[in-house]
Amino acid sequence: MTETGPLPELDPDNTFFWTSGADGRLRFLRCSDCQNFVHPPRPRCAVCRGENLSPQTVSGRGTVHTFTVNHQPWVPGMKVPFVVAIVELNEQPGLRLTTNIIQCPPEEVYVGQSVRVAFEQKEDVWLPFFAPEEGRS
Amino acid sequence: MKYLEKEAAITGIGVSDVGRPVNRSGLALTVDACLQAIADAGLNPEDIDGLASWPGRSDDHPGMSPVGLMEVKESLGLKLNWFTAGGEAPSQIASVINAAAIVAAGYARHVLCFRTVTEASSQTKNRRASVSGSGGKRVRGDLQFQVPFKAMSASQWIAMFAQRHFHEYGTTKEQLGWVALNARRHAAHNPRAIFQKPLTMDDYLGARNISTPFGLYDCDIPCDGSTAVIVSRKEEARDLRKPVIRIEAIGSSIHGRYSWDQYSDLTSMPAEESAEMLWNRTDLKPADVDVAELYDGFSFLTLAWLEAFGFCAKGESGPFVEGGHRIGLDGELPLNTQGGQLSGGRLHGMGYLHEACTQLWGEGGARQVPGQPQVAAVGVGGGPVSGCMLIVRE
Repeated sequence: MTETGPLPELDPDNTFFWTSGADGRLRFLRCSDCQNFVHPPRPRCAVCRGENLSPQTVSGRGTVHTFTVNHQPWVPGMKVPFVVAIVELNEQPGLRLTTNIIQCPPEEVYVGQSVRVAFEQKEDVWLPFFAPEEGRS
Repeated sequence: MKYLEKEAAITGIGVSDVGRPVNRSGLALTVDACLQAIADAGLNPEDIDGLASWPGRSDDHPGMSPVGLMEVKESLGLKLNWFTAGGEAPSQIASVINAAAIVAAGYARHVLCFRTVTEASSQTKNRRASVSGSGGKRVRGDLQFQVPFKAMSASQWIAMFAQRHFHEYGTTKEQLGWVALNARRHAAHNPRAIFQKPLTMDDYLGARNISTPFGLYDCDIPCDGSTAVIVSRKEEARDLRKPVIRIEAIGSSIHGRYSWDQYSDLTSMPAEESAEMLWNRTDLKPADVDVAELYDGFSFLTLAWLEAFGFCAKGESGPFVEGGHRIGLDGELPLNTQGGQLSGGRLHGMGYLHEACTQLWGEGGARQVPGQPQVAAVGVGGGPVSGCMLIVRE
């Protein structure tokens, strides 16, 4: 299991996102009027102000937009080093998640690397970590 | 169009003892800084009719903002016609940005603005203002998308902006280092600076890693201290003790996403939008600036502000600072002349404005920029938080 920080508090707006991994799929709110993905979850589409938003499955594939190898234990006992990355999803420019790159030595992570979502359940949330695409990193 | 911030002036500044820690309460430090600023302007507490701060009292983050407006009002016996504090505002100098509009509108004549931190004396092993989620509780709001992944510190978030800048523009760790080295050499001439011993590139590169590309000396230092600034109607300022420093233009824009990861260009963030607004409100140009005080809560943020203000082209801030010649006290753009927050201590934004005024009034002592600087640029904040100001000595 990958070590985590404090988990999100589930509420009516975010529960779909944090439990999406229960079936192994990543979902974002999407506007059915203009097809814009909306993240973090909001009541309206910020592009067209439409209110017809619903969680839609995405491929779970993306690229490492940027990353950092963290060496500082921010709370006592935190395991280091680990990689924090911002992954941009293939579905939409700018649709990004801050996450950890797992199943990969920190020194082998690079900007532009192809990655794929890898969920881990912790208590009542499924955290979308990302791992290198097999054979493509 | 008339830009009303030009009707506002900075008339006095003050700063308390600064240290790690200072063994006094946040309120005591605040009162010291405020009384100093009032006296510096040649005013009395009876003259102060406005009060502003950022982000207002916060008891959730130890030492981040331990003092509220009303404690200061009550301590100094102020009679206020206008007051405000809040954190959802354009940067840590938002109190001054607000005050400029307020004196121009005539709600108040002299607004006392302050910012106080007691991070050094308040933090414990388990609770630090700068570490989100360090209390262990479940997270709400936008931080829920960072903290579960152990992305709990701005040093990690901003390290990723720096890494992206490295990737797009070929910026190097050594270039980043010149921001830290420059701050340290200026801090040597600032008696209040936390770190004054010389820092070499070897020291910088050999420091322990925090979050790549950031090492220890890319990160500023939590401290205790309070900074205060008086903003007055310009017509009143002419009769006061010091030469008038006019607020020439402000920048407070956020057009792109307010987010640590969704903003389109992570290498600029809205600093670029704030600076664009600022230049649209003045006839002055980047080449007219005599001294720049640009946020260095993390070294990379200074590079981002250099580009945002147009002191160099987009992507060229690394070569611009390399070698430190351009940004020294006798360089073409003296930068972070008090040692920034990297060496001076995290007074959190207001320290830059204090130093800019110090330089324009010629009070910099051993770190005074030669040639009577007249125009100073102040850029404050990092990530989605930004605000900036151009001030001119008349």
